[in-house]
Amino acid sequence: MERAVKNTWVEIGAVILEKDQRAPNLPDDTKQVPLEMRVKGFLLHDAEIGAEAEIITPSGRTVRGTLTGINPEYTHMFGRPIPELSPIAGEIRAILRERRNAS
Amino acid sequence: MSTDSYKTIMDQKADIMRASVGIDYEKYTTGPLSFDYEAMLNDTGYDLDAIRDIQSRSAVGDTPLVELKNLTELVRTVSDPGKGARLFVKDEAANPSGSFKDRRASLSAFEAKKKGYPGIAAATSGNYGAAVASQAAKAGLGCIIVQEAFDSQGIAQPEIAEKTRACEAYGAEVARLSVGPELFYYFLIVLEETGYFNASLYTPYSILGIETLGYELAVQVNEREGRFPDLVIATHAGGGNVTGTARGLIKAGAADTLMVAASVDLSGLHMASDRDFNRKSFTTGHTGFSVPFSTWPDRTDVPRNAARSLRYMDRFVTVTQGEVFYMTEALAAIEGMERGPAGNTSLAAAFAIARELDREQIIVVQETEYTGAGKHPLGQLNLAKQMGIDVRRGDPRENRPGKAIVIPEHPSQITPVEMDLDRLRRSYLRKALDSLPEGETVTETDIAFLAAEIKTGETYVREAIESHERTKR
Ligand SMILES: Cc1ncc(COP(=O)(O)O)c(C=O)c1O
Repeated sequence: MERAVKNTWVEIGAVILEKDQRAPNLPDDTKQVPLEMRVKGFLLHDAEIGAEAEIITPSGRTVRGTLTGINPEYTHMFGRPIPELSPIAGEIRAILRERRNAS
Repeated sequence: MSTDSYKTIMDQKADIMRASVGIDYEKYTTGPLSFDYEAMLNDTGYDLDAIRDIQSRSAVGDTPLVELKNLTELVRTVSDPGKGARLFVKDEAANPSGSFKDRRASLSAFEAKKKGYPGIAAATSGNYGAAVASQAAKAGLGCIIVQEAFDSQGIAQPEIAEKTRACEAYGAEVARLSVGPELFYYFLIVLEETGYFNASLYTPYSILGIETLGYELAVQVNEREGRFPDLVIATHAGGGNVTGTARGLIKAGAADTLMVAASVDLSGLHMASDRDFNRKSFTTGHTGFSVPFSTWPDRTDVPRNAARSLRYMDRFVTVTQGEVFYMTEALAAIEGMERGPAGNTSLAAAFAIARELDREQIIVVQETEYTGAGKHPLGQLNLAKQMGIDVRRGDPRENRPGKAIVIPEHPSQITPVEMDLDRLRRSYLRKALDSLPEGETVTETDIAFLAAEIKTGETYVREAIESHERTKR
Protein backbone atom coordinates (compact mmCIF):
# COMPACT_ATOMS: atom_id res chain seq x y z
CA MET A 1 0.00 0.00 0.00
CA GLU A 2 1.16 3.45 -0.86
CA ARG A 3 1.88 5.42 2.27
CA ALA A 4 2.18 9.14 2.90
CA VAL A 5 4.04 10.76 5.74
CA LYS A 6 2.80 13.62 7.90
CA ASN A 7 2.78 17.06 6.20
CA THR A 8 2.48 15.61 2.67
CA TRP A 9 0.03 17.39 0.30
CA VAL A 10 -2.78 14.88 -0.19
CA GLU A 11 -6.41 14.52 -1.19
CA ILE A 12 -9.08 12.94 0.96
CA GLY A 13 -12.62 11.93 0.09
CA ALA A 14 -15.84 11.50 2.06
CA VAL A 15 -19.45 10.69 1.39
CA ILE A 16 -21.48 13.77 2.36
CA LEU A 17 -24.93 12.31 1.73
CA GLU A 18 -25.75 8.65 1.22
CA LYS A 19 -28.21 7.82 -1.56
CA ASP A 20 -31.18 7.77 0.81
CA GLN A 21 -30.20 11.08 2.46
CA ARG A 22 -30.18 13.05 -0.77
CA ALA A 23 -32.51 15.91 -1.67
CA PRO A 24 -35.92 15.11 -3.13
CA ASN A 25 -36.62 15.83 -6.83
CA LEU A 26 -33.28 14.63 -8.20
CA PRO A 27 -33.13 12.99 -11.63
CA ASP A 28 -33.16 9.19 -11.38
CA ASP A 29 -29.50 8.72 -12.29
CA THR A 30 -28.29 11.18 -9.63
CA LYS A 31 -30.58 9.59 -7.01
CA GLN A 32 -28.75 6.30 -7.40
CA VAL A 33 -25.35 7.59 -6.28
CA PRO A 34 -24.15 9.26 -3.08
CA LEU A 35 -22.99 12.88 -2.87
CA GLU A 36 -19.21 12.73 -2.57
CA MET A 37 -16.62 15.34 -1.63
CA ARG A 38 -12.88 15.57 -2.25
CA VAL A 39 -10.56 18.14 -0.73
CA LYS A 40 -6.80 18.64 -0.53
CA GLY A 41 -4.55 19.67 2.30
CA PHE A 42 -1.51 18.69 4.37
CA LEU A 43 -1.68 15.36 6.15
CA LEU A 44 -1.74 15.63 9.95
CA HIS A 45 -0.29 12.12 10.48
CA ASP A 46 1.19 9.26 8.46
CA ALA A 47 -1.47 7.33 6.55
CA GLU A 48 -2.03 4.77 3.80
CA ILE A 49 -4.19 5.15 0.70
CA GLY A 50 -7.69 3.99 1.55
CA ALA A 51 -7.27 4.58 5.29
CA GLU A 52 -8.89 7.23 7.49
CA ALA A 53 -6.91 10.43 7.39
CA GLU A 54 -7.07 13.95 8.73
CA ILE A 55 -5.74 16.99 6.89
CA ILE A 56 -5.38 20.70 7.41
CA THR A 57 -6.61 22.60 4.37
CA PRO A 58 -5.14 25.87 3.00
CA SER A 59 -7.91 27.78 4.80
CA GLY A 60 -6.94 26.12 8.09
CA ARG A 61 -9.89 23.74 8.41
CA THR A 62 -9.28 20.28 9.79
CA VAL A 63 -11.14 17.77 7.63
CA ARG A 64 -11.37 13.99 8.03
CA GLY A 65 -11.96 11.43 5.29
CA THR A 66 -10.40 8.56 3.37
CA LEU A 67 -6.98 9.12 1.81
CA THR A 68 -7.55 9.12 -1.97
CA GLY A 69 -4.38 10.62 -3.38
CA ILE A 70 -0.82 11.54 -2.48
CA ASN A 71 0.47 14.73 -4.09
CA PRO A 72 -2.28 14.13 -6.67
CA GLU A 73 -1.69 14.97 -10.29
CA TYR A 74 -3.60 17.59 -12.30
CA THR A 75 -4.78 15.47 -15.22
CA HIS A 76 -6.81 17.94 -17.29
CA MET A 77 -5.12 18.74 -20.57
CA PHE A 78 -5.56 19.75 -24.18
CA GLY A 79 -5.15 16.27 -25.62
CA ARG A 80 -4.89 15.57 -29.33
CA PRO A 81 -5.81 18.18 -31.92
CA ILE A 82 -9.40 17.75 -33.13
CA PRO A 83 -9.52 16.87 -36.85
CA GLU A 84 -12.89 18.65 -37.20
CA LEU A 85 -11.25 21.89 -36.00
CA SER A 86 -7.82 21.70 -37.60
CA PRO A 87 -8.77 22.97 -41.10
CA ILE A 88 -10.86 25.95 -39.91
CA ALA A 89 -8.03 28.49 -39.62
CA GLY A 90 -6.94 27.80 -43.21
CA GLU A 91 -10.49 27.94 -44.54
CA ILE A 92 -11.25 31.28 -42.94
CA ARG A 93 -7.97 32.83 -44.05
CA ALA A 94 -8.72 31.68 -47.59
CA ILE A 95 -12.12 33.41 -47.50
CA LEU A 96 -10.46 36.69 -46.47
CA ARG A 97 -7.68 36.30 -49.05
CA GLU A 98 -10.20 35.80 -51.81
CA ARG A 99 -12.10 38.94 -50.79
CA ARG A 100 -8.91 40.99 -50.64
CA ASN A 101 -7.76 39.75 -54.04
CA ALA A 102 -11.16 40.55 -55.55
CA SER A 103 -11.17 44.15 -54.37
CA MET B 1 -17.03 15.35 8.70
CA SER B 2 -19.84 16.43 10.99
CA THR B 3 -22.98 14.33 11.19
CA ASP B 4 -25.35 17.27 10.69
CA SER B 5 -28.31 15.97 8.83
CA TYR B 6 -29.45 17.56 5.62
CA LYS B 7 -32.65 18.90 7.13
CA THR B 8 -31.08 20.40 10.28
CA ILE B 9 -28.62 22.44 8.25
CA MET B 10 -31.13 23.46 5.60
CA ASP B 11 -33.46 24.67 8.37
CA GLN B 12 -30.75 27.06 9.52
CA LYS B 13 -30.26 28.40 6.02
CA ALA B 14 -31.77 31.83 6.65
CA ASP B 15 -29.67 32.44 9.79
CA ILE B 16 -26.42 31.22 8.25
CA MET B 17 -27.01 33.35 5.18
CA ARG B 18 -27.80 36.48 7.17
CA ALA B 19 -24.62 36.12 9.20
CA SER B 20 -22.49 35.42 6.16
CA VAL B 21 -23.78 38.18 3.89
CA GLY B 22 -24.58 40.87 6.45
CA ILE B 23 -27.64 42.17 4.61
CA ASP B 24 -31.11 42.37 6.15
CA TYR B 25 -33.11 41.55 3.03
CA GLU B 26 -36.44 41.73 4.87
CA LYS B 27 -36.36 45.46 5.14
CA TYR B 28 -36.62 45.94 1.37
CA THR B 29 -39.99 44.20 1.14
CA THR B 30 -42.65 46.58 -0.21
CA GLY B 31 -45.53 44.19 -0.99
CA PRO B 32 -46.45 40.50 -1.07
CA LEU B 33 -44.32 40.12 -4.21
CA SER B 34 -42.36 43.33 -4.52
CA PHE B 35 -39.20 44.70 -2.96
CA ASP B 36 -37.19 47.87 -3.42
CA TYR B 37 -34.45 46.72 -5.78
CA GLU B 38 -32.69 50.07 -6.13
CA ALA B 39 -32.66 50.68 -2.37
CA MET B 40 -31.11 47.26 -1.84
CA LEU B 41 -28.29 48.18 -4.23
CA ASN B 42 -27.88 51.74 -2.97
CA ASP B 43 -27.67 50.76 0.69
CA THR B 44 -24.33 49.05 0.11
CA GLY B 45 -22.90 52.58 0.12
CA TYR B 46 -20.71 51.99 -2.94
CA ASP B 47 -21.30 54.26 -5.90
CA LEU B 48 -19.68 53.83 -9.31
CA ASP B 49 -16.70 56.07 -8.49
CA ALA B 50 -16.02 54.28 -5.23
CA ILE B 51 -16.15 50.92 -7.00
CA ARG B 52 -13.83 52.09 -9.79
CA ASP B 53 -11.39 53.21 -7.14
CA ILE B 54 -11.55 49.92 -5.20
CA GLN B 55 -11.11 47.94 -8.42
CA SER B 56 -8.20 49.97 -9.68
CA ARG B 57 -6.41 49.36 -6.38
CA SER B 58 -6.71 45.59 -6.91
CA ALA B 59 -5.71 45.69 -10.61
CA VAL B 60 -9.25 44.93 -11.75
CA GLY B 61 -10.89 46.58 -14.75
CA ASP B 62 -9.70 49.20 -17.22
CA THR B 63 -9.31 46.45 -19.77
CA PRO B 64 -8.56 47.15 -23.44
CA LEU B 65 -11.30 47.58 -26.04
CA VAL B 66 -10.14 45.86 -29.22
CA GLU B 67 -11.62 46.41 -32.66
CA LEU B 68 -11.92 43.07 -34.46
CA LYS B 69 -11.23 44.37 -37.95
CA ASN B 70 -10.57 41.01 -39.58
CA LEU B 71 -13.66 39.40 -38.11
CA THR B 72 -15.68 42.40 -39.28
CA GLU B 73 -14.28 41.85 -42.74
CA LEU B 74 -15.26 38.18 -42.52
CA VAL B 75 -18.80 39.22 -41.52
CA ARG B 76 -18.95 41.41 -44.62
CA THR B 77 -18.03 38.47 -46.89
CA VAL B 78 -21.34 36.92 -45.87
CA SER B 79 -23.47 40.10 -45.62
CA ASP B 80 -25.64 42.01 -48.07
CA PRO B 81 -24.08 45.21 -49.50
CA GLY B 82 -24.11 48.01 -46.91
CA LYS B 83 -24.49 45.53 -44.07
CA GLY B 84 -21.95 44.11 -41.61
CA ALA B 85 -21.52 46.15 -38.44
CA ARG B 86 -18.15 46.82 -36.81
CA LEU B 87 -17.23 44.34 -34.08
CA PHE B 88 -15.36 45.30 -30.92
CA VAL B 89 -14.46 43.18 -27.90
CA LYS B 90 -13.67 44.14 -24.33
CA ASP B 91 -10.63 42.06 -23.43
CA GLU B 92 -11.70 41.06 -19.93
CA ALA B 93 -9.15 38.24 -19.96
CA ALA B 94 -6.72 41.01 -18.95
CA ASN B 95 -8.14 40.99 -15.40
CA PRO B 96 -5.92 39.38 -12.72
CA SER B 97 -7.58 35.95 -12.75
CA GLY B 98 -8.52 36.09 -16.44
CA SER B 99 -12.20 37.04 -16.57
CA PHE B 100 -14.74 39.75 -15.78
CA LYS B 101 -15.56 37.82 -12.59
CA ASP B 102 -12.76 39.72 -10.85
CA ARG B 103 -15.06 42.75 -10.93
CA ARG B 104 -17.66 40.84 -8.93
CA ALA B 105 -15.18 39.38 -6.47
CA SER B 106 -13.33 42.63 -5.80
CA LEU B 107 -16.19 44.33 -4.02
CA SER B 108 -17.06 41.26 -1.94
CA ALA B 109 -13.45 40.92 -0.81
CA PHE B 110 -13.34 44.62 0.05
CA GLU B 111 -16.58 44.41 2.04
CA ALA B 112 -15.50 41.22 3.85
CA LYS B 113 -12.21 42.82 4.83
CA LYS B 114 -13.91 46.01 5.99
CA LYS B 115 -16.40 44.10 8.14
CA GLY B 116 -13.67 41.95 9.69
CA TYR B 117 -14.59 38.54 8.30
CA PRO B 118 -11.66 36.09 8.46
CA GLY B 119 -12.21 34.89 4.91
CA ILE B 120 -14.53 34.59 1.94
CA ALA B 121 -16.25 31.57 0.46
CA ALA B 122 -18.19 30.95 -2.72
CA ALA B 123 -20.15 28.08 -4.21
CA THR B 124 -19.05 28.11 -7.84
CA SER B 125 -17.51 25.76 -10.38
CA GLY B 126 -16.45 28.51 -12.73
CA ASN B 127 -14.24 31.54 -13.21
CA TYR B 128 -15.80 33.16 -10.20
CA GLY B 129 -13.93 30.75 -7.90
CA ALA B 130 -10.58 31.84 -9.30
CA ALA B 131 -11.68 35.47 -9.06
CA VAL B 132 -12.64 35.14 -5.39
CA ALA B 133 -9.44 33.21 -4.64
CA SER B 134 -7.35 35.85 -6.41
CA GLN B 135 -9.00 38.78 -4.64
CA ALA B 136 -8.78 36.96 -1.29
CA ALA B 137 -5.07 36.40 -1.87
CA LYS B 138 -4.56 40.09 -2.48
CA ALA B 139 -6.64 41.13 0.54
CA GLY B 140 -5.00 38.61 2.86
CA LEU B 141 -8.24 36.74 3.49
CA GLY B 142 -8.82 33.01 3.82
CA CYS B 143 -10.71 31.45 0.95
CA ILE B 144 -12.83 28.36 0.35
CA ILE B 145 -14.38 27.47 -2.99
CA VAL B 146 -17.04 24.76 -3.18
CA GLN B 147 -17.33 23.25 -6.66
CA GLU B 148 -19.56 20.74 -8.40
CA ALA B 149 -16.65 19.07 -10.12
CA PHE B 150 -16.94 15.38 -11.03
CA ASP B 151 -19.48 12.68 -11.90
CA SER B 152 -20.06 9.40 -10.06
CA GLN B 153 -17.34 7.77 -12.19
CA GLY B 154 -14.90 10.30 -10.75
CA ILE B 155 -14.49 12.02 -14.16
CA ALA B 156 -13.89 15.73 -13.69
CA GLN B 157 -15.28 18.22 -16.20
CA PRO B 158 -12.00 19.55 -17.75
CA GLU B 159 -12.90 23.22 -17.47
CA ILE B 160 -13.79 22.82 -13.80
CA ALA B 161 -10.56 20.86 -13.22
CA GLU B 162 -8.71 23.89 -14.58
CA LYS B 163 -10.60 26.12 -12.14
CA THR B 164 -9.65 23.78 -9.28
CA ARG B 165 -6.01 24.18 -10.24
CA ALA B 166 -6.30 27.97 -10.55
CA CYS B 167 -8.01 28.34 -7.16
CA GLU B 168 -5.33 26.17 -5.55
CA ALA B 169 -2.65 28.27 -7.24
CA TYR B 170 -4.15 31.32 -5.49
CA GLY B 171 -3.90 29.48 -2.17
CA ALA B 172 -7.58 28.66 -1.73
CA GLU B 173 -9.09 25.49 -0.29
CA VAL B 174 -11.21 23.78 -2.92
CA ALA B 175 -13.91 21.37 -1.81
CA ARG B 176 -14.93 19.40 -4.89
CA LEU B 177 -18.30 17.68 -4.93
CA SER B 178 -20.02 15.18 -7.18
CA VAL B 179 -23.12 16.19 -9.15
CA GLY B 180 -26.17 17.52 -7.36
CA PRO B 181 -27.83 20.62 -5.95
CA GLU B 182 -26.96 19.60 -2.38
CA LEU B 183 -23.63 21.28 -2.97
CA PHE B 184 -25.46 24.10 -1.29
CA TYR B 185 -25.85 22.02 1.87
CA TYR B 186 -22.12 21.51 2.08
CA PHE B 187 -21.57 25.20 1.40
CA LEU B 188 -23.78 26.06 4.40
CA ILE B 189 -21.74 23.68 6.58
CA VAL B 190 -18.56 25.47 5.47
CA LEU B 191 -20.01 28.93 6.16
CA GLU B 192 -21.24 27.90 9.58
CA GLU B 193 -17.96 26.24 10.51
CA THR B 194 -15.69 29.08 9.35
CA GLY B 195 -17.74 32.26 9.83
CA TYR B 196 -16.55 33.34 6.38
CA PHE B 197 -18.24 35.99 4.25
CA ASN B 198 -20.46 34.50 1.55
CA ALA B 199 -19.16 36.07 -1.64
CA SER B 200 -22.34 34.97 -3.38
CA LEU B 201 -22.60 35.68 -7.10
CA TYR B 202 -25.98 37.25 -6.43
CA THR B 203 -25.46 39.87 -3.71
CA PRO B 204 -25.59 43.60 -4.51
CA TYR B 205 -21.76 43.70 -4.23
CA SER B 206 -21.42 41.15 -6.97
CA ILE B 207 -23.68 43.03 -9.37
CA LEU B 208 -22.44 46.54 -8.60
CA GLY B 209 -18.93 45.30 -9.33
CA ILE B 210 -19.97 44.58 -12.95
CA GLU B 211 -21.43 48.05 -13.58
CA THR B 212 -17.90 49.32 -14.21
CA LEU B 213 -17.67 46.98 -17.22
CA GLY B 214 -20.68 48.50 -18.98
CA TYR B 215 -19.58 51.98 -17.97
CA GLU B 216 -16.01 51.55 -19.21
CA LEU B 217 -16.96 50.15 -22.57
CA ALA B 218 -19.45 52.95 -23.22
CA VAL B 219 -16.82 55.55 -22.35
CA GLN B 220 -14.16 53.80 -24.46
CA VAL B 221 -16.38 53.61 -27.55
CA ASN B 222 -17.51 57.20 -27.07
CA GLU B 223 -13.95 58.47 -26.74
CA ARG B 224 -12.87 56.66 -29.86
CA GLU B 225 -15.92 56.99 -32.10
CA GLY B 226 -17.75 59.99 -30.69
CA ARG B 227 -20.85 57.99 -29.90
CA PHE B 228 -22.11 55.04 -27.91
CA PRO B 229 -22.32 51.49 -29.28
CA ASP B 230 -25.55 50.47 -31.01
CA LEU B 231 -25.61 47.06 -29.43
CA VAL B 232 -23.81 45.32 -26.58
CA ILE B 233 -23.92 41.58 -26.27
CA ALA B 234 -23.25 39.58 -23.11
CA THR B 235 -23.07 35.87 -22.38
CA HIS B 236 -25.88 34.96 -20.00
CA ALA B 237 -25.86 32.29 -17.29
CA GLY B 238 -27.00 33.45 -13.85
CA GLY B 239 -27.79 36.89 -15.26
CA GLY B 240 -25.29 39.07 -13.38
CA ASN B 241 -23.27 39.77 -16.49
CA VAL B 242 -26.26 41.17 -18.37
CA THR B 243 -27.64 43.01 -15.34
CA GLY B 244 -24.43 44.73 -14.25
CA THR B 245 -23.32 45.58 -17.78
CA ALA B 246 -26.69 47.12 -18.69
CA ARG B 247 -26.76 49.15 -15.48
CA GLY B 248 -23.27 50.45 -16.21
CA LEU B 249 -24.26 51.43 -19.75
CA ILE B 250 -27.20 53.41 -18.37
CA LYS B 251 -24.94 55.13 -15.83
CA ALA B 252 -22.61 56.16 -18.66
CA GLY B 253 -25.55 57.69 -20.50
CA ALA B 254 -25.78 54.99 -23.18
CA ALA B 255 -29.47 54.47 -22.55
CA ASP B 256 -30.29 53.79 -26.22
CA THR B 257 -27.76 51.01 -26.64
CA LEU B 258 -29.52 47.68 -27.14
CA MET B 259 -28.67 45.00 -24.57
CA VAL B 260 -28.56 41.52 -26.04
CA ALA B 261 -28.06 38.30 -24.08
CA ALA B 262 -26.54 35.16 -25.60
CA SER B 263 -26.37 31.59 -24.30
CA VAL B 264 -25.23 28.24 -25.62
CA ASP B 265 -28.24 26.05 -26.31
CA LEU B 266 -28.10 23.02 -24.01
CA SER B 267 -31.76 22.12 -24.25
CA GLY B 268 -32.45 18.48 -23.53
CA LEU B 269 -29.68 18.11 -20.94
CA HIS B 270 -30.61 18.04 -17.25
CA MET B 271 -28.52 20.25 -14.99
CA ALA B 272 -28.73 17.94 -11.97
CA SER B 273 -28.10 14.75 -13.93
CA ASP B 274 -25.01 12.75 -13.09
CA ARG B 275 -25.02 11.28 -16.60
CA ASP B 276 -25.42 14.58 -18.46
CA PHE B 277 -22.77 16.36 -16.38
CA ASN B 278 -19.89 15.48 -18.69
CA ARG B 279 -21.93 15.69 -21.90
CA LYS B 280 -22.46 19.44 -21.90
CA SER B 281 -19.03 20.59 -23.16
CA PHE B 282 -19.85 23.98 -21.59
CA THR B 283 -19.89 24.80 -17.90
CA THR B 284 -21.50 28.22 -18.05
CA GLY B 285 -23.16 30.72 -20.37
CA HIS B 286 -25.72 28.11 -21.34
CA THR B 287 -29.51 27.79 -21.29
CA GLY B 288 -29.38 25.37 -18.36
CA PHE B 289 -28.69 28.45 -16.25
CA SER B 290 -30.03 31.36 -18.26
CA VAL B 291 -33.59 30.12 -18.71
CA PRO B 292 -34.29 29.24 -15.06
CA PHE B 293 -32.39 32.27 -13.72
CA SER B 294 -34.02 34.83 -15.99
CA THR B 295 -37.50 33.51 -15.28
CA TRP B 296 -36.99 33.00 -11.54
CA PRO B 297 -33.97 34.95 -10.27
CA ASP B 298 -34.62 34.32 -6.57
CA ARG B 299 -33.73 30.65 -6.89
CA THR B 300 -30.29 31.47 -5.47
CA ASP B 301 -28.39 31.21 -2.20
CA VAL B 302 -29.50 34.70 -1.12
CA PRO B 303 -33.14 35.74 -0.51
CA ARG B 304 -33.16 38.51 -3.12
CA ASN B 305 -31.00 38.04 -6.19
CA ALA B 306 -29.44 41.31 -7.37
CA ALA B 307 -29.03 39.79 -10.87
CA ARG B 308 -32.36 40.30 -12.64
CA SER B 309 -31.71 40.04 -16.35
CA LEU B 310 -35.26 40.38 -17.70
CA ARG B 311 -35.21 43.95 -16.39
CA TYR B 312 -32.49 44.81 -18.89
CA MET B 313 -32.61 42.50 -21.91
CA ASP B 314 -33.83 43.83 -25.24
CA ARG B 315 -33.17 40.58 -27.04
CA PHE B 316 -31.96 37.07 -26.17
CA VAL B 317 -30.41 34.61 -28.62
CA THR B 318 -28.94 31.14 -28.39
CA VAL B 319 -26.04 29.66 -30.32
CA THR B 320 -24.96 26.04 -30.69
CA GLN B 321 -21.96 24.35 -29.11
CA GLY B 322 -20.43 23.83 -32.56
CA GLU B 323 -20.84 27.51 -33.50
CA VAL B 324 -18.94 28.61 -30.38
CA PHE B 325 -16.09 26.20 -31.09
CA TYR B 326 -15.94 27.48 -34.67
CA MET B 327 -15.82 31.10 -33.53
CA THR B 328 -13.07 30.25 -31.02
CA GLU B 329 -10.96 28.98 -33.91
CA ALA B 330 -11.79 32.07 -36.00
CA LEU B 331 -10.81 34.52 -33.25
CA ALA B 332 -7.43 32.83 -32.87
CA ALA B 333 -6.85 32.39 -36.60
CA ILE B 334 -7.54 35.93 -37.84
CA GLU B 335 -7.44 38.15 -34.75
CA GLY B 336 -4.54 36.44 -32.98
CA MET B 337 -6.55 36.16 -29.78
CA GLU B 338 -6.87 32.76 -28.19
CA ARG B 339 -9.67 33.10 -25.64
CA GLY B 340 -12.04 30.95 -23.61
CA PRO B 341 -15.57 29.67 -24.25
CA ALA B 342 -17.79 32.14 -22.38
CA GLY B 343 -16.76 35.28 -24.27
CA ASN B 344 -16.82 33.36 -27.53
CA THR B 345 -20.47 32.51 -26.91
CA SER B 346 -21.54 36.14 -27.25
CA LEU B 347 -18.98 36.59 -30.04
CA ALA B 348 -20.61 33.82 -32.09
CA ALA B 349 -23.99 35.53 -31.66
CA ALA B 350 -22.48 38.94 -32.44
CA PHE B 351 -20.96 37.62 -35.66
CA ALA B 352 -24.38 36.71 -36.99
CA ILE B 353 -26.18 39.79 -35.62
CA ALA B 354 -23.57 42.02 -37.30
CA ARG B 355 -24.86 40.76 -40.66
CA GLU B 356 -28.26 42.36 -39.93
CA LEU B 357 -26.86 45.77 -39.02
CA ASP B 358 -25.47 48.56 -41.19
CA ARG B 359 -21.74 48.94 -41.78
CA GLU B 360 -21.50 52.08 -39.65
CA GLN B 361 -23.08 50.46 -36.64
CA ILE B 362 -21.06 49.27 -33.68
CA ILE B 363 -21.44 46.03 -31.72
CA VAL B 364 -19.46 45.44 -28.55
CA VAL B 365 -18.90 41.91 -27.29
CA GLN B 366 -18.42 42.84 -23.67
CA GLU B 367 -15.92 40.16 -22.60
CA THR B 368 -13.26 37.65 -23.34
CA GLU B 369 -11.96 35.15 -20.81
CA TYR B 370 -8.65 33.33 -20.53
CA THR B 371 -8.13 29.90 -22.02
CA GLY B 372 -5.90 26.99 -21.07
CA ALA B 373 -5.71 23.24 -20.58
CA GLY B 374 -9.21 21.84 -20.05
CA LYS B 375 -10.81 25.22 -20.65
CA HIS B 376 -10.43 24.88 -24.39
CA PRO B 377 -12.15 23.33 -27.44
CA LEU B 378 -9.51 20.57 -27.59
CA GLY B 379 -10.02 19.39 -24.01
CA GLN B 380 -13.81 19.64 -24.32
CA LEU B 381 -14.09 17.90 -27.68
CA ASN B 382 -11.70 15.12 -26.68
CA LEU B 383 -13.95 14.47 -23.66
CA ALA B 384 -17.09 14.71 -25.82
CA LYS B 385 -15.71 12.03 -28.14
CA GLN B 386 -14.80 9.85 -25.17
CA MET B 387 -18.42 10.23 -23.97
CA GLY B 388 -19.68 8.93 -27.32
CA ILE B 389 -20.84 12.28 -28.69
CA ASP B 390 -20.76 12.56 -32.47
CA VAL B 391 -18.42 15.44 -33.39
CA ARG B 392 -18.62 16.40 -37.07
CA ARG B 393 -18.61 19.23 -39.60
CA GLY B 394 -21.95 20.25 -41.06
CA ASP B 395 -25.01 22.42 -40.68
CA PRO B 396 -25.03 23.78 -37.10
CA ARG B 397 -28.82 23.35 -37.04
CA GLU B 398 -28.13 19.63 -36.74
CA ASN B 399 -26.34 20.17 -33.43
CA ARG B 400 -27.98 18.13 -30.62
CA PRO B 401 -26.70 18.78 -27.09
CA GLY B 402 -25.43 15.56 -25.55
CA LYS B 403 -25.61 13.69 -28.87
CA ALA B 404 -24.02 15.62 -31.73
CA ILE B 405 -21.71 18.61 -31.85
CA VAL B 406 -21.82 19.98 -35.37
CA ILE B 407 -19.04 22.38 -36.31
CA PRO B 408 -20.06 24.77 -39.12
CA GLU B 409 -18.43 24.37 -42.51
CA HIS B 410 -18.69 28.04 -43.41
CA PRO B 411 -19.16 31.32 -41.46
CA SER B 412 -22.44 31.96 -43.29
CA GLN B 413 -23.96 29.04 -41.37
CA ILE B 414 -23.72 30.76 -38.00
CA THR B 415 -27.31 31.67 -37.19
CA PRO B 416 -28.43 32.39 -33.66
CA VAL B 417 -31.94 31.35 -32.65
CA GLU B 418 -34.18 33.98 -31.06
CA MET B 419 -35.43 33.21 -27.57
CA ASP B 420 -39.03 34.25 -27.23
CA LEU B 421 -38.78 37.02 -24.61
CA ASP B 422 -42.53 37.09 -24.33
CA ARG B 423 -42.53 33.45 -23.29
CA LEU B 424 -39.83 34.11 -20.70
CA ARG B 425 -41.76 37.09 -19.32
CA ARG B 426 -44.92 35.03 -18.97
CA SER B 427 -42.97 32.27 -17.31
CA TYR B 428 -41.55 34.80 -14.85
CA LEU B 429 -45.02 36.17 -14.06
CA ARG B 430 -46.46 32.68 -13.62
CA LYS B 431 -43.78 31.79 -11.10
CA ALA B 432 -44.16 35.11 -9.28
CA LEU B 433 -47.93 34.72 -9.05
CA ASP B 434 -47.62 31.10 -7.92
CA SER B 435 -45.35 32.31 -5.11
CA LEU B 436 -47.99 34.68 -3.74
CA PRO B 437 -48.58 33.68 -0.10
CA GLU B 438 -52.00 32.19 0.78
CA GLY B 439 -54.56 34.88 1.47
CA GLU B 440 -52.51 37.73 -0.03
CA THR B 441 -53.51 39.70 -3.10
CA VAL B 442 -51.36 41.51 -5.63
CA THR B 443 -51.04 45.22 -4.80
CA GLU B 444 -50.51 48.22 -7.06
CA THR B 445 -46.90 48.33 -5.83
CA ASP B 446 -46.50 44.70 -6.89
CA ILE B 447 -47.81 45.47 -10.36
CA ALA B 448 -45.36 48.34 -10.85
CA PHE B 449 -42.58 46.10 -9.54
CA LEU B 450 -43.49 43.20 -11.84
CA ALA B 451 -43.62 45.50 -14.86
CA ALA B 452 -40.09 46.72 -14.06
CA GLU B 453 -38.96 43.14 -13.46
CA ILE B 454 -39.85 42.07 -16.99
CA LYS B 455 -39.44 45.40 -18.79
CA THR B 456 -43.05 45.79 -19.92
CA GLY B 457 -45.93 48.12 -19.18
CA GLU B 458 -48.33 47.58 -16.32
CA THR B 459 -51.13 46.62 -18.73
CA TYR B 460 -49.10 43.58 -19.78
CA VAL B 461 -48.82 42.55 -16.13
CA ARG B 462 -52.52 43.15 -15.40
CA GLU B 463 -53.53 41.02 -18.36
CA ALA B 464 -51.21 38.24 -17.28
CA ILE B 465 -52.66 38.33 -13.77
CA GLU B 466 -56.19 38.07 -15.15
CA SER B 467 -55.36 35.12 -17.36
CA HIS B 468 -53.50 33.46 -14.47
CA GLU B 469 -56.62 33.75 -12.32
CA ARG B 470 -58.79 32.40 -15.09
CA THR B 471 -56.65 29.29 -15.41
CA LYS B 472 -56.69 28.77 -11.64
CA ARG B 473 -60.48 28.85 -11.52
C1 LIG C 1 -16.37 34.37 -18.36
C2 LIG C 1 -17.84 34.33 -18.06
N1 LIG C 1 -18.68 35.00 -18.85
C3 LIG C 1 -20.01 35.02 -18.62
C4 LIG C 1 -20.57 34.34 -17.57
C5 LIG C 1 -22.05 34.45 -17.34
O1 LIG C 1 -22.32 35.39 -16.34
P1 LIG C 1 -23.64 35.37 -15.48
O2 LIG C 1 -23.65 34.08 -14.71
O3 LIG C 1 -23.55 36.54 -14.59
O4 LIG C 1 -24.80 35.44 -16.42
C6 LIG C 1 -19.72 33.62 -16.71
C7 LIG C 1 -20.27 32.97 -15.52
O5 LIG C 1 -20.41 31.90 -15.28
C8 LIG C 1 -18.32 33.62 -16.97
O6 LIG C 1 -17.48 32.95 -16.17
